[in-house]
Amino acid sequence: MKRKRNIKLFEPALVKQAITQSFVKLNPSYMIKNPVMFTVEIGTAIMVAVTIIGANNPANGGTGFVYNLTITILLFLTILFANFAEAIAEERGKAQAESLRKTREETPAKKLKDDGSIEIVSSSSLRKGDKYIAEAGDLIPADGEIIEGLASIDESAITGESAPVIREAGTDKSGVVGGTKVLSDKITVEVSADPGETFLDKMIALVEGANRQKTPNEIALSILLAGFTLVFLLVVVTLEPFGKYAGTTISVAFLISLFVCLIPTTIGGLLSAIGIAGMDRALRANVIAKSGKAVETAGDIDVVLLDKTGTITIGNRKATNFFPVNGYSKEEFIRGTVLSSLADHTPEGKSIIELAEKILPSIFPVNVENAEFINFSAETRMSGVNLQDGTEIRKGAWDSIRKWTSNGDHVAEEINSRVLEIAGSGGTPLAVGINKKAIGVVQLEDIIKPGIQERFKRLHKMGVKTVMVTGDNPVTAKFIAMQAGVDDFIAEAKPVDKMNYIIREQKEGKLVAMMGDGTNDAPALAQADVGVAMNSGTQAAKEAANMVDLDNDPTKLLEVIEIGKQLLITRGNVTTFSIVNDVAKYFAIVPALFMVTIPGLNALNIMKLANPESAILSAVIFNALIILALIPIALRGVKYRPIGATGILIRNLWIYGMGGLIIPFIGIKAIDMIVSLFLK
Amino acid sequence: MNSEILGVLVTLVLMIVLSYPLGKYISKVLKGEKVWTDFLYPVENFIYKISGIDPDKEMDWKENMKALLKLNVFFFIWAFVIFLIQDKIPFWNPAGIGPMEPTLAFNTAVSFISNTNIQHYSGETGLSYFSQLLVVCYMQFVSAATGIAALALIFKGLSQRKAKDLGNFYSLWLKSNTRILLPLAIVIAVILLLNGTPATFKGPQTIKTLQGDTVTVALGPAAPVVAIKQIGTNGGGFFGPNSAHPFENPNYITNIVECWGILAIPMALVFAFGFYLNKKRLGIMIFAVMAIVYLSFTALAIKFEVDGNPLIKKMGIEQTTGSMEGKEVRFGPAASAFWASSTTVTSNGSSNSNHDSQTPLAGGIDIMNMMINSIFGGVGVGFINFFMFLIIAVFIAGLMVGRTPEFLGKKIEAKEVKIAALIILLHPFLILVSTAISAYIASHNPNIGWLTNPSYHGFSEMLYEFTSASANNGSEFTGLNANVPFWNIMDGVIMLIGRFLPIIGPVAIAGSLAEKKYIPESEGTLRLDGYAFGIVLLAVIIVISALSFFPALAVGPIAEHFSIL
Repeated sequence: MKRKRNIKLFEPALVKQAITQSFVKLNPSYMIKNPVMFTVEIGTAIMVAVTIIGANNPANGGTGFVYNLTITILLFLTILFANFAEAIAEERGKAQAESLRKTREETPAKKLKDDGSIEIVSSSSLRKGDKYIAEAGDLIPADGEIIEGLASIDESAITGESAPVIREAGTDKSGVVGGTKVLSDKITVEVSADPGETFLDKMIALVEGANRQKTPNEIALSILLAGFTLVFLLVVVTLEPFGKYAGTTISVAFLISLFVCLIPTTIGGLLSAIGIAGMDRALRANVIAKSGKAVETAGDIDVVLLDKTGTITIGNRKATNFFPVNGYSKEEFIRGTVLSSLADHTPEGKSIIELAEKILPSIFPVNVENAEFINFSAETRMSGVNLQDGTEIRKGAWDSIRKWTSNGDHVAEEINSRVLEIAGSGGTPLAVGINKKAIGVVQLEDIIKPGIQERFKRLHKMGVKTVMVTGDNPVTAKFIAMQAGVDDFIAEAKPVDKMNYIIREQKEGKLVAMMGDGTNDAPALAQADVGVAMNSGTQAAKEAANMVDLDNDPTKLLEVIEIGKQLLITRGNVTTFSIVNDVAKYFAIVPALFMVTIPGLNALNIMKLANPESAILSAVIFNALIILALIPIALRGVKYRPIGATGILIRNLWIYGMGGLIIPFIGIKAIDMIVSLFLK
Repeated sequence: MNSEILGVLVTLVLMIVLSYPLGKYISKVLKGEKVWTDFLYPVENFIYKISGIDPDKEMDWKENMKALLKLNVFFFIWAFVIFLIQDKIPFWNPAGIGPMEPTLAFNTAVSFISNTNIQHYSGETGLSYFSQLLVVCYMQFVSAATGIAALALIFKGLSQRKAKDLGNFYSLWLKSNTRILLPLAIVIAVILLLNGTPATFKGPQTIKTLQGDTVTVALGPAAPVVAIKQIGTNGGGFFGPNSAHPFENPNYITNIVECWGILAIPMALVFAFGFYLNKKRLGIMIFAVMAIVYLSFTALAIKFEVDGNPLIKKMGIEQTTGSMEGKEVRFGPAASAFWASSTTVTSNGSSNSNHDSQTPLAGGIDIMNMMINSIFGGVGVGFINFFMFLIIAVFIAGLMVGRTPEFLGKKIEAKEVKIAALIILLHPFLILVSTAISAYIASHNPNIGWLTNPSYHGFSEMLYEFTSASANNGSEFTGLNANVPFWNIMDGVIMLIGRFLPIIGPVAIAGSLAEKKYIPESEGTLRLDGYAFGIVLLAVIIVISALSFFPALAVGPIAEHFSIL
């Protein structure tokens, strides 16, 4: 059950807030951050003056009071629309953040004092380094790391996932999040951040726009837009003397209208909304990014490191087959194997029992009275049981069992070939022996997650190389890698191998992303260009990463990459659309300016607009409305399709390039037909 | 008429076919690979030795730009002083030409070091043979070599995987002179000589015509000047009428050779880019983009000229020969319009007809060509200007496909976009502001005497002049009486800014890219050598230029065109 996170695009309550904000944002000291729209504000101010002065001086530039006032209002609306786009993006982000923040309401906390006594305090008074105790039924008061104990926790408030999860001290899953609920047991937790400084708080600030810093690509684009604005400032300022030379006096209203229409107000007005919406989409996917830059970088990722277990394969290996050897019957072999696994609580051990129950239910129940169970030890690398009658049963990797048993060479060969066969097909062989005689091999297999191949194909088309990281031996790893469709794998991986792989790829200039949870992942997470830590992971891992996934979903990386790409694509295409729009605006405005003095130029009036006043007014109206019309695209983002870079370019050239060329011709003409009714 | 078009097509084929091997050769020269002109090594070595230059010294972009500026300051002083004292030099001045007026000398000196070659003087009466050879001819070599060497720095920068070194400007510059410009100029000069272009130190000759009147015929060492003015996109002719003069351009064959010379190196440099960086496909794609613009504009210009003047048509007079106003009968309207378009896409500026007399839109295409100024363009600098559009196109296309933009494996970031945007902005700034000032003055002082034509055409004359100066082209609408201090100085300043900033900026970008980490191509990287990016590139160039200049063109040539229909 996923929590519903889809806020309607224009939720009435948010729209109301956003409209108020649109006016607040008119403050020039705020507007100056957006140079394109700031120049529109200056233009509006000039028009206000012209309208007032022109009221007493009808000769001013040839346009009358009502016309000047109309232009002034339209310019004002242009700014408001742009402000509204930014405001609604912020409001949506805030609403999104609010639903997360609800999880951090004040709760009582059982603070553990230095002398070991417990004091009930408010969660907001907890500071980094404080310790508290949480028991079954308690809400976790603050983010932290379990330092003692183990508990099952309901994290549905954060992840929307209702199945409880186990969090335990000293493991890779020792992190707990404020607002989640302890279902059983008791844990001692050390607080990892002061209130207001947790990742979530930081992310909320980013989405709300207050602390949003422009990303590198956004800065570069802003510079380009400022360049365009300057060009058009030049064009408009020099047009006045050009007109004078040709005997045409161009009114201030016309000049400013031309300027505002030409400068890229569409992208200028939507730029910050697009950025905020990108962060918002990340949050919607339950990913907390520590900066906008991280999201943007995700779009450029070339290499992705994925852990095999949990990402590519479902959880743990399962027993799938029993192969007796040395003439032992299947029944004898299975009975022996079951006996040796009864006390084995590893997932593999349990899966052996499950399989045996399915194949040979008749052997149950088995008698293990007074049996002595031998736990797995790093020294012998075997586990097993010593029965009451002195029978010793052991199971383990073949090379360990081989040392323990003393069969003849022919048995060893039989097992060897079986072991190789299993390993070669991606399975893990587990040998079993009774009284120092090998009796057979159990096949354990990884189950590849359904649908994962498609995701890798998608990544491949994006140009992202996938690398599987696994502790398996190279033969098994290769088989699974092939089956899942990953491009490369690191077998028998130690934490340092991940690190080295990342560094090697980065030396070749590639950007690498990885996901991790354990403390020993921390260095690699820090080294990677995009490191996503699972929220359940250790504090060290979360510190080192630049994103945290609240869902603890190892395939989340793929979504993050698409969100990053979408961010750039939306910016790029709205820019193209905005610039190409100018072609039609020129054809509307330039003939209008000279229609009286250079009648020949009316040949350029290919839209056959009614008269100069109507033509210019229509262009200004179109220019304002197009901002409003594109807000949904800015907020939702242009859809990313894995059809290769050239394919995307061609597609977007058609939609936003061609569309940007044609739409304003139609739009301006349509508006002119209406406006000219009033301007006769 | 058909044979005229055939002549144009033959020249075009000649240009394109020869530019490929020439590009390969130039790439080898710039890379320092083995070429047949290696026998010149001792000569070059001797020049390095006497000027105390280590040709193998690696220099970063700043050191290289310092070298370029140092050299050009020296050239300016040399040219300026010679023009002022040319009457004092006791030899090579058979016609006894006097010193130049200082503002004209300033304008001319800047004009020649900046590869512009706007000529507010007439060669026959304004320059001694000493000035013609040791300033005009010499500068046309060294300014062209400056452009090629600057481009070579950029090539090197783009090929670097992570280093500061952009090569050595001095050695690239010298090699451009000795191994690229000199051999080509010699070939053309010999062809011209064989066809009757003079190369003599004799002064003007007086002859008696059949009618019995005496005529003074100007002579001089014209062939070498004409050769380099064509091949180095210079355009500074020996005689006033430039290549319309029968001694500069005697017949249709020399016309083909000279017209080929205009585009030979600019076209070859595009292929040289592909060869140098081992991106032949990208080179061909860029060539195709440029060719589309060049060919379509040229075809339009030829059509307007061949169709003739609409005013004459209105009078009911048939114009089977097309518009012949201001044209040489031996070339005709097609070859003249072809030349005019070729000389303006490149920043050559030589002419075989009077551009001022063209039909309005053909003249407008000349202006538009210079406004774009990066379709083939001046030797070296044309591709450098194009490089700025490339950066912007890569940036926009990169965003459109959702990946931080990269060009040849280097990320395009704020710094590069900033420089490219400023450099692209510079050209409209120079043109529009100066034209606005002159239009303002002209409309307030109707009797100032600058313009021989009223109304829209007068505006076009001023627009043409400043566009030509900013683009370092050098051709003119000669109806403008430009040899007055206002135009001499304005032009001079614009030529200086329009020459050096658009070299320094792009080289700085190359320097910045050279130091960046190289990112290998992946499947997510946008292929730049495909047609999709070609469309973006084409659109960026056309849209940016059109948006910047449409109103100015509307008041000038477009208004004139529609008013005479």
